Amino acid sequence: MNRDPQYNFAYLDEQTKRMIRRALLKAVAVPGYQVPFASREMPLPYGWGTGGIQVTASILTDQDTLKVIDQGSDDTTNAVSIRRFFQRTAGVEVTTATDKATVIQTRHRIPEHALAEGQVLVYQVPIPEPLRFMEPRETDTRTMHALEEYGVMHVKLYEDISLHGRIATSYNYPVLVNDRHVMSPSPIPRFDNPKMHMNPALQLFGAGREQRVYAVPPYTSVKSLDFEDHPFSIDTWDEPCALCGASDTYLDEIILDDGGARMFVCSDSDHCSRRQAMAAGMDSDHRAGSPAPAAGTEAA
Amino acid sequence: MYVAVKGGERAIDNAHKLLASRRRGEPETPEIGLDQIGGQLKLAVDRVMAEGSLYDPELASLGIKQAWGDLVEAAFMLRAYRTTLPRLALSAPLDLDDMEVARRISAAFKDLPGGQILGPTFDYTHRLLDFSLVGVSPGIEPETSPPDPGHAEEGMPKVATLLERQGLMDREEPTGDNPEDLTRSPLRMPASRSARLQNLARADEGFLLAMGYSTQRGFGNAHPFAGEIRQGTVTVSIVPEELGFAVDIGDIEVTECEMITQFKGSKSDPPRFTRGYGLVFGLSERKAMSMALVDRALRARDLGEEVKAPAQDEEFVLYHSDNIEAMGFVQHLKLPHYVDFQSELAMIRAMRERLADDEEGV
Repeated sequence: MNRDPQYNFAYLDEQTKRMIRRALLKAVAVPGYQVPFASREMPLPYGWGTGGIQVTASILTDQDTLKVIDQGSDDTTNAVSIRRFFQRTAGVEVTTATDKATVIQTRHRIPEHALAEGQVLVYQVPIPEPLRFMEPRETDTRTMHALEEYGVMHVKLYEDISLHGRIATSYNYPVLVNDRHVMSPSPIPRFDNPKMHMNPALQLFGAGREQRVYAVPPYTSVKSLDFEDHPFSIDTWDEPCALCGASDTYLDEIILDDGGARMFVCSDSDHCSRRQAMAAGMDSDHRAGSPAPAAGTEAA
Repeated sequence: MYVAVKGGERAIDNAHKLLASRRRGEPETPEIGLDQIGGQLKLAVDRVMAEGSLYDPELASLGIKQAWGDLVEAAFMLRAYRTTLPRLALSAPLDLDDMEVARRISAAFKDLPGGQILGPTFDYTHRLLDFSLVGVSPGIEPETSPPDPGHAEEGMPKVATLLERQGLMDREEPTGDNPEDLTRSPLRMPASRSARLQNLARADEGFLLAMGYSTQRGFGNAHPFAGEIRQGTVTVSIVPEELGFAVDIGDIEVTECEMITQFKGSKSDPPRFTRGYGLVFGLSERKAMSMALVDRALRARDLGEEVKAPAQDEEFVLYHSDNIEAMGFVQHLKLPHYVDFQSELAMIRAMRERLADDEEGV
């Protein structure tokens, strides 16, 4: 797709990109530390991925292949909108295939397919400060990070256990990065937390409204906070994906009627449709009884 | 049967088309022109310029038309447009003493050099719907009268300056530093006064109104007087480095308000008046007054006053004043949250099961 010549490559001017890249370099140098940056007003609303968009815009080259997902899927409306934004302003190649993409912008999920060296995963972040709901003041939370004073977070997790018998945080589950900074993984389900640990890909986080970027460089330790007697655990489902049969993926619950009937399907639509295609190719009888393969799941 | 949510692209295109058609309205009704918006809905245009942080009546009118009359949405379009504009120069401070005044009032002094000028104001109108405007109304010639001879030669010094000269009010001295620019550097706490004032000048009018109002009702310790409100036209000038002297680049219309508040002082600080300052693009007295109230409340820390009310709390005020940020984040709740909700569902179910097991066990 040809890019709109009225705008600079990837929309932002080169000075702005340089400013963001400098902030990103600092973020990579201090994993998990939130670096303030002069976030720009984008033509998409705050809260709709402006941080991720600015990070993507500042690292994108014309050789890149971009994938954009929201809730794991390439076809949710805002993912479509952001992908189109970059097709229009950068004219880059786009894909839905996780392994074909060099840059993946995501909201709320990490793809199921393992990432590789050289890939960059850009997260959209609404509230970058993991301590925010314990301490609303920025001046205080910055001091707490500086002093590595994370007691309030452990107290909060402990209170969960004493009240509910378990840690009642199901997404945006806090992590300790590089044994130093407590970091918000963005609102991914805690199912995805283990994927961040020692990941060969570079993970960048952009919070536009809050004017912060942070990073997890490749092969960095990312530990979900827990207690020895209450170790971190991830969600499991009683049934596999109704479309591809996977039992090791994050599943969305789909309500089928008003009588309570529901089904569970992979939230990662690319992963799911590729598994379906593979199964159909290998043995067309193998998955008898399951819905038509790849029904309506081709990339739009 | 479940069909995966696809076809997002077509749905988006069609939604945008429907919006465009609804915005245009009945095709038989003549389309509204930018000159009509700019000429007859001027206060809407002014508000969009103030919150959009860009002085351009024509683009603001375009924003209002394109936004179907949604002023915050129109301000958002101006903001998104202005981000891409190069910063060519930093203007010299406006000379508000030299304003071509259309309105000037002081609630602190009955008469003062330059006199009181009421100008075009809703004050003292009775808010009765005027049914003569239902149809087409003829143009109205405003009354003109020669300037009051008693005030003609006096010029129009600022009320605050009069108090400064008597030593009753803090003098505001130029710091010599370039003001901060929040569109080019992130807001940091504690914020400088220039960053605060820029934030407030761009802030949502309704938010400032409520914050200012709260200081009057006892949340904050304000006993303000509207020392002076003036509206009119001022000249913007820049000093290009290669020239070394000021060049006028145009005129803009602004509203300025200086609120005067008593300050009791301390052992080392004599009692005096302090000022809250409001300056807004266009005719926007309500916002300029609110801004001045909030500016004064935010000076609590500088003046050694106790910070206990929301309007005095700069993290609270400055982080929540921007309606473009606020509207985006509030409305992002419309975006899909299937994944997070799914994990909440699973957790709530698990917790309820555990509770049920516990009860059975008892």
